[in-house]
Amino acid sequence: MGILLAILYIFLGIGVIFNCLGSIGLLRFPDVYTRLHASTKATTFGSIFTSFAVIIYSFSRWNVSGDSKFVVLALHAIVALICLIITNPTGAHAIARAAHRSGVMPKQAVIDQLKEAKLE
Amino acid sequence: MNEFFKIFIIPGGLLLIFMLLSLVRLILGPTTPDRIVALDTINTLVVAGMILVGAAYEEVIYVDVAIVYALLSYIGTLYVAKYLEGRTKK
Repeated sequence: MGILLAILYIFLGIGVIFNCLGSIGLLRFPDVYTRLHASTKATTFGSIFTSFAVIIYSFSRWNVSGDSKFVVLALHAIVALICLIITNPTGAHAIARAAHRSGVMPKQAVIDQLKEAKLE
Repeated sequence: MNEFFKIFIIPGGLLLIFMLLSLVRLILGPTTPDRIVALDTINTLVVAGMILVGAAYEEVIYVDVAIVYALLSYIGTLYVAKYLEGRTKK
């Protein structure tokens, strides 16, 4: 039980710290693209670790008590984690593409290679 | 409640504070993509926090709600991005 508590503390600590960094970066960075860079990657990483903590906790409780509620909790947490991993970077990519096409440019950049490539 | 309740509900409360920080950007944001980024961050934090609350109260239904919320918020983000992209194209 001590090992389980240590693993839970480490994983939840990593997850909460990265979520905190993501939301602070969202507040403090200068333009859309750097905010997207900070918030999306950091919160995805942190949410993966908090979900891992829940999955490990559920499997270990199932292993100890044999209650089928916990294995259902673990499997549903795995499905939610897969949905989060697939949908979050895709949404960030769509936001960045829409921001560039709607005319919002990076604030301190000196070159815009996506505009020079004439992909549109 | 059992001994694991506090371990999961305290990070859930911290995620709630981070949601409020992102809400400041959602209100202040100078351009529309800033607000969409803030909304996307809030959605991710809501999903993560809902999984934690489901583990704290040992209820599976919270995690099911988190799955549906993740998919619907993804569709909402894509819809708003598509709207923003087509608005100034022509």
